[in-house]
Amino acid sequence: MDATLYLLQQVINGLTIGSTYALIAIGYTMVYGIIGMINFAHGEIYMIGTYIAFIVITGLAMMGVDSTLFLIVAALLVSMIVASAHGFAVERVAYRPVRGSKRLIALISAIGMSIFLQNYMRLAQGSRDKAIPNLLPGGWEFGGDGFAVNLSYMQVIIFFVTLASMGVLALFISRSRLGRACRACSQDRGMANLLGINTDLVISMTFVIGAALAAVAGLLLGMYYGVVNPYIGFLAGLKAFTAAVLGGIGSIPGAMLGGLILGIAEALTGGYLSTEYKDVVAFGLLILILLFRPWGILGKPEVEKI
Amino acid sequence: MSSQLVHAGFSALLTLLLGASVLGVELRSEGVTTIVAVEGALTWLWLGGAVVVVFLHQLFRPKIEAMRRQTWTGSRFSLPPLLKNHAQRRLILALVIGALLLFPFMAERSAVDLATLTLIYVMLGLGLNVVVGLAGLLDLGYVGFYAVGAYTYALLNSYLGFSFWEALPLAGGMTALFGYLLGFPVLRLRGDYLAIVTLGFGEIIRILLNNWTDLTGGPNGISRIPKPTLFNLEFSRRADEGNVAFHEFFGIPYDPSYKVMYLYILALLLSLVTVYVIYRLMRMPIGRAWEALREDDIACRSLGLNPTGIKLSAFTIGASFAGFAGSFFAARQGFISPESFTFIESAIVLAIVVLGGMGSQLGVILAAIAMTLLPEIAREFNEYRMLLFGLIMVMMMVWRPQGLLPLKRPQMELKRG
Repeated sequence: MDATLYLLQQVINGLTIGSTYALIAIGYTMVYGIIGMINFAHGEIYMIGTYIAFIVITGLAMMGVDSTLFLIVAALLVSMIVASAHGFAVERVAYRPVRGSKRLIALISAIGMSIFLQNYMRLAQGSRDKAIPNLLPGGWEFGGDGFAVNLSYMQVIIFFVTLASMGVLALFISRSRLGRACRACSQDRGMANLLGINTDLVISMTFVIGAALAAVAGLLLGMYYGVVNPYIGFLAGLKAFTAAVLGGIGSIPGAMLGGLILGIAEALTGGYLSTEYKDVVAFGLLILILLFRPWGILGKPEVEKI
Repeated sequence: MSSQLVHAGFSALLTLLLGASVLGVELRSEGVTTIVAVEGALTWLWLGGAVVVVFLHQLFRPKIEAMRRQTWTGSRFSLPPLLKNHAQRRLILALVIGALLLFPFMAERSAVDLATLTLIYVMLGLGLNVVVGLAGLLDLGYVGFYAVGAYTYALLNSYLGFSFWEALPLAGGMTALFGYLLGFPVLRLRGDYLAIVTLGFGEIIRILLNNWTDLTGGPNGISRIPKPTLFNLEFSRRADEGNVAFHEFFGIPYDPSYKVMYLYILALLLSLVTVYVIYRLMRMPIGRAWEALREDDIACRSLGLNPTGIKLSAFTIGASFAGFAGSFFAARQGFISPESFTFIESAIVLAIVVLGGMGSQLGVILAAIAMTLLPEIAREFNEYRMLLFGLIMVMMMVWRPQGLLPLKRPQMELKRG
């Protein structure tokens, strides 16, 4: 009984973390689907989103706001706006000028942007951990005598906010005009352009949407862990990218699935094997999937046309 | 004009939003609580200045660009044909090498030490240049190979008592093996995956070294790694059992600067060997194939070249140079820990390759010198080093993707019209 409960606890933890990975992974997968490049700076956008959320929460709390709901909603909106602005600017500065050139050039520009943003935040905000108090303490406990499964309110919030964001995104992609343009661009950008779609705008919007989702993840994970530093974007970005590849890069449902699988795999490793090697799991999975199924779980094999 | 005004206004607003949100306010820890502090008037003044500059620049951008097109007819700077004939080139090369060999006898000890460090980066830059510059594969985990090289020597020495010279080829072979095993699954795929997998590899190596405490000593690292010897002559004050010290053998008084000089000369020799080997490789069919593959994958395949094999050879050879550099680094420091092998090192080496001009050996060497000397000359610059490296990478890719000193190939161009 205890063993089952312990497993359940790990799965709950895994789903919590995994759903935020999925949110970040959507940004990677959408950009990859449309312009076919890895947005290395995406992890840093997530980190910036966390910082902005912390600034808003701390600032409002200093002004005497004590409604938790208001704090969270305000932090969510502001960090989404600011992160989107960063995503937009990054695309304009580092990616658009090199869009026509070779892939290596775009990759180096992206990695340069990532290094720049990380150090820019380090210089602007200091390299030490900054903490906020837990806004939603407590949770439910249930289960046996030896081991009790703990489901905190924060975990429930994370899961529902993630689900809601994904629902909104799915509606946007399938129903709205811009969403249709996005799908058209990911199928054939040149043709979409010929048919009068403003592809530059679509690409910008892709970065903006990805950044906004990363900011949501930033707020949620930031509140979950309670600390932020300028280096969190690196690992989170790597893992989210792994999630995107796992699910099939270019596929949005794939990114969601990949995030959840990765989160659970990590939690199980942390719970049963060793916490030190938790981070290695992501890369191990990445290499395995590239070896045996490079197009991912839900992706389609890429046919190279000559 | 009005659409230009809207555009400029939007850009200015965006700048204000970006700057105010990150630079204008700061999270500060005060005791156990965190507070938000609004920056002083000076920061906001700078921000306001930046907003005005962006606004004006965007407003008049069409005019500025038109003006630049008129005045600047696009004579692009590249390496002038300094050395016309073969004999002249050899003479200059000999002079440069001679000067470099004489350098430790003239300069101060700290300068020689710094030069040794620079030469390590030259080696790393040249090695990565094979992978990134020649073969066009983005390797973001180069530091992983560097670490493998360093730990190979350190572990072989502390467990099996290998000397530097015995361990050096083994370190190269070991890193080549790692490169092969890592490249094999990934190089069949598109280039983007390689970048992220190598990034992950670099991290895995560091995590492993940090946690495999029984073997590697974990975060404490490995200390007391012996320095290289000169035909079994040691450069310490007192030689180990059964060995002879350098100064005793020649009957001269002990001077610790001999060791520094010897390390420098060793690094110089290793770098020269690296330069020569890569120079020869570039002119061999395999080297030509690397560059051909970088330029056009499909054309290469239609000519019967096996892309995976060629990429794998570049990746493996590039990795083995990192292994040599790594084991020299371990010998020079005498102490290594996983902290020396973070992603930042990979980024620095990549910045060197990018700045120097991808594929150009001279460019990479000069960039390595600039990148290691600059932070030493301007200490306050050290804080901003990584920020600038990131910025340099983006700006180089946007404006001068071929690097500052690009490789010039004999070429003919069809004149139109």
